[in-house]
Amino acid sequence: MNYISVFDVIGPNMIGPSSSHTAGAVNIALLAHQLFARPIAKVDFTLYESFAQTGRGHGTDKALLGGIQGFGTDDVRIRDSYALADAAGIEYHFTWDDKTRTAHPNTVDIRLESPDGKVQTIRGESVGGGKIRIVQINDIDVVFTGVYSTLIIKHADRPGVVAHVTNVLSRHGVNIAFMRLYRDYKGGTGYLIVESDENIPDYFLEEIRENELVHEIMLIQI
Amino acid sequence: MSGVRAEARKDSGMTGENDMSMDFTSGSELYQLCREHGAAISEVMLKREMELGSVSEQSVRERLARSLQIMEAAVHEPLGQPRRSLSGLIGGEAWKVYNAGKTAEGRGIASLCGEALTRAIAYSMAVLEVNAAMGLIVAAPTAGSSGVLPGAVLSLSEICGWSETKQMDGLLNAGAIGYLLMRNATVAGAEAGCQAEVGAASAMTASAIVELMGGTPEMCFQAASLAISNLLGLVCDPIAGLVEVPCQSRNAIGVANAFTCAQLALSGITHPVPFDEMVDAMQRVGRSLPWELRESAKGGNAGTPTGCRLSAGGCAGCGRS
Repeated sequence: MNYISVFDVIGPNMIGPSSSHTAGAVNIALLAHQLFARPIAKVDFTLYESFAQTGRGHGTDKALLGGIQGFGTDDVRIRDSYALADAAGIEYHFTWDDKTRTAHPNTVDIRLESPDGKVQTIRGESVGGGKIRIVQINDIDVVFTGVYSTLIIKHADRPGVVAHVTNVLSRHGVNIAFMRLYRDYKGGTGYLIVESDENIPDYFLEEIRENELVHEIMLIQI
Repeated sequence: MSGVRAEARKDSGMTGENDMSMDFTSGSELYQLCREHGAAISEVMLKREMELGSVSEQSVRERLARSLQIMEAAVHEPLGQPRRSLSGLIGGEAWKVYNAGKTAEGRGIASLCGEALTRAIAYSMAVLEVNAAMGLIVAAPTAGSSGVLPGAVLSLSEICGWSETKQMDGLLNAGAIGYLLMRNATVAGAEAGCQAEVGAASAMTASAIVELMGGTPEMCFQAASLAISNLLGLVCDPIAGLVEVPCQSRNAIGVANAFTCAQLALSGITHPVPFDEMVDAMQRVGRSLPWELRESAKGGNAGTPTGCRLSAGGCAGCGRS
């Protein structure tokens, strides 16, 4: 995916009207949905800057609410995402914050809560043409785009996690394209993000989980 | 597909193995590949896609068929069932253009622009209506310029009786030009104005029309250069920040420009500045456009008193309300 495809030019196939404010919003919320990987009882969206200013006219709210229900950019159900969220019993709330400045003008925070009270927040940016990046998970700064198969491992910031994970990946023959580490503070919570061109088979996630420093694993398949 | 092209393909050996990469990063490299292989731009782009994506021709064509299917629906839907946009600024324009001057017998579109161009304009505006009403479209290269390519390719297909495969060639050719604009300049209105969106779409479409009408790769580049040149400096000034006005009628002018430039190129008219230099010129003009004229909804149409009034929240940037 490291080249400009004909389908990056003639595409994406998308529900209008805006690749950044509609398709990009869908993509951010869809990634949030995939990362959360559990039923959603409640969702709070906070839209900033340009998203907050022109989001209503671009259907950004419908796009976000569609994305967290698992709809893709070309899914016509996006138009009815409010009704479908109601039917699915998802409680939703939008905050249109046009005062706070963010690093990128098209920014949204998404807070997801499951029926059993599990909470996850992410911050995403829509950077143009439907392309996006996730820049925070649970208030820790990260960067990934979802263009590659992505393995996100939440762990304790102590020695041995990277060696353990790369060992498992290497045993299963997964080639690592990119790998980055983030943490809140020394000895606190860390995120290890591994991106690969190939599918990362989920059957060996159990092996990664064997290490007691690993708290949680999220996987996005392309 | 013309007989000339079919023969050229046989001699080029492109169907057999080739260890040479079909990737390219400039118009001159693409032109060189076309010459070496006796291939059309669309063929080189197809091979590049297969090579870099490690996918089969069938898989590329299946995706192109899906793109065409979405485009077909988008150009036709508003003619039967016009819909207002989310804001109410546009809706029903495609139907009006399509039906203006239609005779009692229901034949053709007797109009100023002639049948082909009138239909192409109506189709391009139809796609923008679908887009503004949260319908399904194919960005080409952006949502705001998504009407130009399908408007031209699908209207000409109906009139000339082109096959689906030939329509796909049109998308591949346009994709090659668009890729170069995306790689070596930009197709974002926020970065370089409408010249980078409708201007890019128009250049892609002009080149595609030339190939589909039997022109050479050289003529394709001439058409694309002319199209960029004609819309150089076009500003991005959406009223209320929405992809509606002036975007919809800009798509119409993008189509008209593409038709004109294709016709010039097919007639043997050339632009003295090569394509790659025009791409660079577009990028530099874009950089020199003030922020007000790059999708901020503060200048041009958007910055007029009426433009500000139509913006629900008033205009913060210019001090008018």
